[in-house]
Amino acid sequence: MVAMVNIPETAAPGEIVEVKILISHPMETGFRTGADGKLVPRNIIHDFRCLYGGTEVFRAEIFPAIAANPFLGFFLRAVETAEVELLWTDETGEEHSERRTLTVG
Amino acid sequence: MTPRPTRRTAMALVLAGPLALRLSPASATPDTMRAALDAFTGGAAVTEGRVTLNVPLLVENGNAVPLKVSVESPMTEDEFVEEVAIFNELNPLPDVIRFRFTPASGRAAAETRIRLNGSQNVHAIARMSDGSLWSAVTDVIVTAPACAET
Repeated sequence: MVAMVNIPETAAPGEIVEVKILISHPMETGFRTGADGKLVPRNIIHDFRCLYGGTEVFRAEIFPAIAANPFLGFFLRAVETAEVELLWTDETGEEHSERRTLTVG
Repeated sequence: MTPRPTRRTAMALVLAGPLALRLSPASATPDTMRAALDAFTGGAAVTEGRVTLNVPLLVENGNAVPLKVSVESPMTEDEFVEEVAIFNELNPLPDVIRFRFTPASGRAAAETRIRLNGSQNVHAIARMSDGSLWSAVTDVIVTAPACAET
């Protein structure tokens, strides 16, 4: 799974920064028929988390109504220089993560 | 990615749409959405307001509809938005996404892109840290529904 992450590298203390991520994933709904006339098995990214300095700051529970190649944008308050970790799991059990360092000062 | 439907297939689907919806084994209705919404709220009172739900009023492609939601809140330890749930009326499942915020979010706002199987109301319900519930509804017109090209 390829993902494009957009987080500012630096921020002032207390600044609210936007985190954006675009993940390459088909988000198979389980309601679609394939070329063979059979239903394509469901496989969506169902859980997404953002940790900042090891603490969860944002989480999303995702359903098949989210478009293929899911895009998420959300915010976090910069308080200290720490790692921002984005973690997500799809229904094949594949877990992925992306890490960026946010420098505050 | 699936090919864009031609005008002909789009017209055929528009005509066949109501029939397909009726025959579809799993399809949300305003009633199943109401049930999902009640499961989220626990039957507690929901007040309209404080939530801003931005979805384009007219959408050409139901496969990727931009959705932005934000909730008025100071986002402090004492008062913050815990969760925002998005529901729809006509997709196979009534749930769309649930955003869980913390005081460290700084701002109770999030955006994504959703699938919409036809013109319908999209609901957003926010649960605050004090347990109060706030909502917003947007009516969206979709010209090419998400589940159409299969």
